[in-house]
Amino acid sequence: MKNHRVTRNVMLGIKNLLLHKLRSLLTMLGVVFGVGSVIAMLAVGEGASKEALEEIRKLGSHNIILHSQKPVDEVNENTRRRLSIYGLTYDDEARIRATFDSVKRTVPVKIIRQDGRLKSRTLELRVVATTPDWFDLVPRPVLAGRVLTERDIRARSDAVVITEYGARRLLATENSIGSNLRLGGQYFEVVGIVQSESGQSGDLQTPDQEVDAYIPLNVARERFGDTITRRSAGSRSRERVELHQVIVEVDDHLDVPATATGIEAMLERFHKNIDFRLSVPLALLRQTQATQRVFNVVLGSIAAISLLVGGIGIMNIMLASVTERTREIGIRRAIGAKRRQIVGQFLIETIVLSTVGGLIGILAGVGIPSLITYFTEMPTSIPVYAIFLSVGISMGVGMLFGIYPALRAARLDPIVALRHE
Amino acid sequence: MSAASDGGSGAGIAVFDAVSKFYDVGDSRVEALKQVSLVFERGSFTAIMGSSGSGKSTLLNLLGCLDRPSEGEYVLEGQRVADLDDDALSNIRLSYLGFIFQSFNLIQQLSVQENIEVPLYYLGWEPERSAARARELAAMVGLEERLQHRPSELSGGQQQRVAIARALANDPQVLLADEPTGNLDSKTGAQIMQMLEGLNQDGKTIVMVTHEPDIAEHAGRQVVMSDGRIESIQE
Repeated sequence: MKNHRVTRNVMLGIKNLLLHKLRSLLTMLGVVFGVGSVIAMLAVGEGASKEALEEIRKLGSHNIILHSQKPVDEVNENTRRRLSIYGLTYDDEARIRATFDSVKRTVPVKIIRQDGRLKSRTLELRVVATTPDWFDLVPRPVLAGRVLTERDIRARSDAVVITEYGARRLLATENSIGSNLRLGGQYFEVVGIVQSESGQSGDLQTPDQEVDAYIPLNVARERFGDTITRRSAGSRSRERVELHQVIVEVDDHLDVPATATGIEAMLERFHKNIDFRLSVPLALLRQTQATQRVFNVVLGSIAAISLLVGGIGIMNIMLASVTERTREIGIRRAIGAKRRQIVGQFLIETIVLSTVGGLIGILAGVGIPSLITYFTEMPTSIPVYAIFLSVGISMGVGMLFGIYPALRAARLDPIVALRHE
Repeated sequence: MSAASDGGSGAGIAVFDAVSKFYDVGDSRVEALKQVSLVFERGSFTAIMGSSGSGKSTLLNLLGCLDRPSEGEYVLEGQRVADLDDDALSNIRLSYLGFIFQSFNLIQQLSVQENIEVPLYYLGWEPERSAARARELAAMVGLEERLQHRPSELSGGQQQRVAIARALANDPQVLLADEPTGNLDSKTGAQIMQMLEGLNQDGKTIVMVTHEPDIAEHAGRQVVMSDGRIESIQE
C-alpha cells in the first residue's frame, strides 16, 4: 500500500516537472554541474593517485637516489678550460654500503653523452654505465636479447643494452642483436633491447630515460675515463665526475627516511661543497599526495558550492511552485490529505528533480574526465563509488532544499489556499 | 422561529451548539459566527443563504472540518471536532465529507479519472480498485467517455459533474456544496441541482451555501444568515 503511493507520487512529480520542461531543466542545471564536478574531481583525483602509485612502482619505494650536481659557486665561476671536479665518488658508494646496515645494495651510475652510430643511423645517446643490479632496481621488460650480467663485468665485455626507443630511432630490430654500435670512438656489441619508460611527471623522475644505452661501468671507465670534455660556444669546459648517480636500495621501506638522513649527513662530511642531491621517491610521493589533497579540497569546494547554488535554485523554484499550486494544495487538504502527505508530495517532486539532475550530471561527469584526458593527457579514472555517491548527494540536495518549500506547502491553511486565485 | 429550538436535539448527523468563530485582525476581533445552534438531520438537504459577510462560508468551513470553532460545540457523527488535531480533521474530511465548490476546484494537471481518484489515493486504495471506482463514478455523472480528458477540455457543467464524482468517491455521509451553480448558466445549474436532489434522495446529507433563492428552493430547508447569526429557518 505504501509502495504504490510512493510510485504514484514519483509519477505525479515527473508529470508536474514535465509540465514546465524548460523550467525544470534550468532548475536541474545546478545539480547537473555540481554532480558533474564531483565525479570529475574524483576521477581526476583517482587518476592522479593511480599515476602516483604507478610512479612509485617504477621508482621503487625502497630506493634512495643520489645525484651529482655541480656546486653553485663552481657554476657561477666562469673560468675557461678549468677542470671542475665534483660529485659522488666510488668511495662514497663503498662507504654507504659499509656504513649502513639497512642498505641492501647500491647501484653506481655514470652517465656519458655520446653519439651512437648503428650502421648509417646516428642518435645522441645517454650512455648509462652501471652494474647488472641496475636492471633489478629499475626493472624493465626485456624485448630482445638480454641485459648486462656479472659476466660482462668480470670479462670487461663491450656489451651494450639499448632501449626500445633508441632501437627504433637507430632502426635496430631483434636481428640487430650482435651488431656493432659505435659510441664515440668505441665499438660495442648490442646484446639486448629493453622497454623504455617515459615516466616524467612533476617531481617524480625515473632514473632511466628513453635515449639510454647501458654498458658495464668498469668498461666505461677504461674506455671513456672519468673526465668529460664539453664544448660550447667557443669555450671548452672539462669536468671530472666519478659517478652521476648512486641508487641505494634499503631493506625495509620503514628505514628509508632514517637511512636517507644518515647518508646525507655522512656525505656532507666528505663533500666540502654541496655537489650532490638526494631524492627519496617515497618522500616525493608523500609530497605529491599532499598536493593532491589540496587539489581535491579545492575541487571539492567548487563542487560543494555548485551543489549549494543548485540546491538554492531548486528551493527557489519549488517555493514558486508551491505558490502557483496553492489552490491544488487547498483542494488536496480539503479532500483529506494530511500535512505530511503534502510534505511527501512536494519533497518527492524535489527529489525527483534533483535526482534526474544528478543522473544527467553523472553522464556529464563521466564525459568530462575523458575530455580532460584527451586534451591534457592527465590520467583519470572514475571510481565506481563516485556514481553511487553522486546519486546519494543529489537526492540529499533534493531532500535538504525541498524540505522548506514542502513544509510551507503543508502549513497553508486549507481555507485560505482554496480561496487563492 | 428561533435557532435555539433546534439545538440540543442530538439526533442530527452534524450538530452545532452555540458555535462562535472569531478572527483576530490586528487589534480588533471579528466575530464571523455568533452563538449559532443548528442541527443537520441525517438525509436532510439544507440551503444556507445570506449576503456576503453573513457568516455562511464560515459555517460551511466549520461544518467541513476545515476549521475549528472558537467557542461552542460541533459534533459530527458523534465526534467533538473542537478536540481534534489536524490529522484527525483530515481523516474526518476523508471519511465522512465530500466537497463541491463554486469554481469546481479540479486539479488542472490531472485527468478526469485522476481527479476522481484523489480521495481514494489518500484512502490508500489499490490502483486497480481505485480506477474501477473512478470509472463507475464517471459513468454515474455521464462522463465515462471523458476519463482521460483534462479539466480544461471540459465545459463548466462537465467540470462540476467531475467534481461531484470526486466528492462521492469516498462514499461520504455529508456533501458540502459551496455555491455549486455559481459559475454555471441556469440550464446547466438546473442539471447540477437535479443531480444533488437525486443524491439527497439516495440518502446523502447535503448542505449547500447559495445566495440564489431559486437554487435554495431545491433544498428541504432554507437557513438565512445575517451578521453571523441565523436570521430565519424555513422548512
